[in-house]
Amino acid sequence: MARGRYRVVHYLNQFFAQIGGEEKAGIPPQVKEGAVGPGIPLQQALGDEGEIVATVICGDNYFGENIETAAEAVVELVAPHRPDVFVAGPAFNAGRYGIACGAACTAVRKRLGVPVVTAMYEENPGLELYRKEVFVIPAPRSVQGMKETIPKLAGFVRKLGLGQPIGLPQADGYLPRGIRVNAFVERTGAQRAVDMLLAKLKGEAFQTEYAMPTFERIPPSPAIKELSAATIALVTTGGIVPRGNPDRIEAASASKFAAYSIAGTDDLTADAYQTCHGGYDPVYANEDPDRVLPLDAARALERDGIIGHLHEEYYVTVGNATSVANAQKFGKAIAERLVAAGVDGVILTST
Amino acid sequence: MRLELGIVKIRDVQFGETTRIENGVLYVNESELIALALRDPRLAVAEVGLARPGESVRIIPVKDVIEPRIKADGAEGYYPGMAGGMRTAGSGRTNVLRGTNVLTVGRIIGYQEGFVDMTGPGAAFSPFSYTNNVVLILHPVEGLPEHAHEEAVRLAGLRAATYLGEASRGVVPDEVQVYDLGGAIDPTLPRVAYVYPVLSQGLLHDTYLYGADAKSLLPTLIHPNEVLDGAIVSGNCVSACDKHTTCHHLNNPVIEDLYRRHGSGLNFVGVVVTNLNVTLADKERSSSYAAKLVKLLGADGAVISKEGFGNPDADVMMLCKKIEDYGIRTVLITDEYAGRDGSSQSLADTVPQADAVVSVGNANAVITLPPMDRIIGDLRPAEVIAGGFVGSVAADGALSVEIQAIMGSTCQLGLGKLAAQEH
Amino acid sequence: MAAIVPISMTVGANRIVPAVAIPHPLGNPALPERDERELRLRLVKKGLRALQTDVEKQTVFDG
Repeated sequence: MARGRYRVVHYLNQFFAQIGGEEKAGIPPQVKEGAVGPGIPLQQALGDEGEIVATVICGDNYFGENIETAAEAVVELVAPHRPDVFVAGPAFNAGRYGIACGAACTAVRKRLGVPVVTAMYEENPGLELYRKEVFVIPAPRSVQGMKETIPKLAGFVRKLGLGQPIGLPQADGYLPRGIRVNAFVERTGAQRAVDMLLAKLKGEAFQTEYAMPTFERIPPSPAIKELSAATIALVTTGGIVPRGNPDRIEAASASKFAAYSIAGTDDLTADAYQTCHGGYDPVYANEDPDRVLPLDAARALERDGIIGHLHEEYYVTVGNATSVANAQKFGKAIAERLVAAGVDGVILTST
Repeated sequence: MRLELGIVKIRDVQFGETTRIENGVLYVNESELIALALRDPRLAVAEVGLARPGESVRIIPVKDVIEPRIKADGAEGYYPGMAGGMRTAGSGRTNVLRGTNVLTVGRIIGYQEGFVDMTGPGAAFSPFSYTNNVVLILHPVEGLPEHAHEEAVRLAGLRAATYLGEASRGVVPDEVQVYDLGGAIDPTLPRVAYVYPVLSQGLLHDTYLYGADAKSLLPTLIHPNEVLDGAIVSGNCVSACDKHTTCHHLNNPVIEDLYRRHGSGLNFVGVVVTNLNVTLADKERSSSYAAKLVKLLGADGAVISKEGFGNPDADVMMLCKKIEDYGIRTVLITDEYAGRDGSSQSLADTVPQADAVVSVGNANAVITLPPMDRIIGDLRPAEVIAGGFVGSVAADGALSVEIQAIMGSTCQLGLGKLAAQEH
Repeated sequence: MAAIVPISMTVGANRIVPAVAIPHPLGNPALPERDERELRLRLVKKGLRALQTDVEKQTVFDG
């Protein structure tokens, strides 16, 4: 029995859908039957195997001003067509369009579980925002690149439509998403290291297996003006918890943080507290937990009026092997709670 | 310095009336092995378990893995300065029982012990799934302080391995491997050094060089043969995936590979062993000192391995930068902590000079392993060891953990074939 | 407040106070108890000074 054609839904902005230019950038999400605009050469490239059953269109400004609701509306328009693949763009270097493509793809993938792909230029702001969420085929900067991009995009749509496994970026023609995946390879790490060093010494081309990451920079908060009126909180990634680790914070790769009351406590002692952090010699912290969470010092400073008030809870997690993504999540959540509680400043200790 | 390793291949391990080797089978006198361990009054209970490749066995919690060896010349003990008289390692004939290991297991000391599966999907992640393992399960006397507990278990493992090594006396080795850097080497070959940091951060985080605590050392030159012949012993456990077991030190794959290419593809000019301490001042001092030693060796390039993760990332980045600043090119071997979804930044520190990096895998990757028919040790610590979490152990004994908890899964000496790739 | 300043810099902290050592950032077990508590107090005060200082970029409060 011949396999039916896989179903594709395509996403375009108002311009590529041939509705209009900037003056039509505010149009809300809508759907048309079959292929539209660049969808037509895309359909040709897909041949008999895949069918673009519908095209969802939205104005770039409408999307940009209502990302969440627009993405949701796109999902609602896509769903009835039961696609096997959702493809957006190509967006080239159009920033609002690239963001809309990324957001639409992410929403469709998450809400409908449909495989997604888009295409845009490497510097399109949409790439930075959505590169981890969706497959992105590299496209040239300008619309002149449509002719070379369509076959690449079609090739990837085809792989998704036929349920073929997606391999490494270089092999399958998509931009690396920064997702690290383990695999067993031919040569040992030691062999690969010596190979790489010899290539480097000979001036031959080599490919590093891990490019140095960059970390986000946060603008500094303004200084505290009146310390003697300020509320200061203590936070630690050093794993200081009440004895018995009641919330079972993990020794490594923490999946949570916790808050514990220090109301009426002047000093952290070995009988009441311990460390649960698996990444350092625990002996000193277990003898005197103040060595990691300086409660005794903070309380003395409160008593002497140097700080206005020591916040009645401290926050703790374990920074051992804990992923940056989780650390960011915890940090945001802790910050929200501290701000809501009127805290002005934080002493954060790490081991 | 010329070292001969007389390799006796062990293909099976069994209990027997006497400890001996016959036709490649290591027979173990269980009561003698237990009595040997219990000579240390700090240990209350000792048991022995045998585990062979392919068996449905999970060994947990594992502290160290030690390959049985002795000096053929009859020198007492094997680990000079630690569990044996002081001598310079690295010459003469050493008998090696290859294909078998001692694993020390027992009541968990900290959070850093790991496990080994002898079959199933977890086996591919540990080199010790493929050796015939003599597991020494040790429990301390009540109230023994942790430092004493760790030391007692460490020494028991070394002594057990040496005891088993004695079975090789009089046995003709299957193969003799010769390690000799030789005389003059083709001067056009690139001069390559190996920088070998070892963890030195306190309880369950320590390493010993001829019995000296690595915390107290300045970086130093060492002949590769010394490493291959027992000069370095592990007291480190963190984490199971990327700590160097004593067996790893004895079989250091970077040294093995550099030796293999010595004289043909490169000139292996030497090894600098350095530490990974807990203060910024120590890290700066050691990295500067080690970089200078690499320069004094006249190296063109250096391989830099790593032990542990997190703060040791700062050390290897300092080493990389300072060595590159001398005009010496570097390559780093590191694992990654990219989060369970693989999308977090993998290292705690970076320098732009680190442009040649080998990645031995994302240690946060989660694996679900089937229950095993037999547990040697205790399965419960799986929930508290690094890589484990509440709910790691299912009611039927299935295990869901990060590969961080598997012995040697992301060894940063590059022993294995695991890599992390960008998707 | 952490001992390994380069890591605090890499991950983007804006106000950094160098601490003593990884297993005891706000302590020094080699010191007698009273001296250790004074050391801790001094370090925390340095932290508070940092909170009272406006910074434009990542700053290490060393002095």
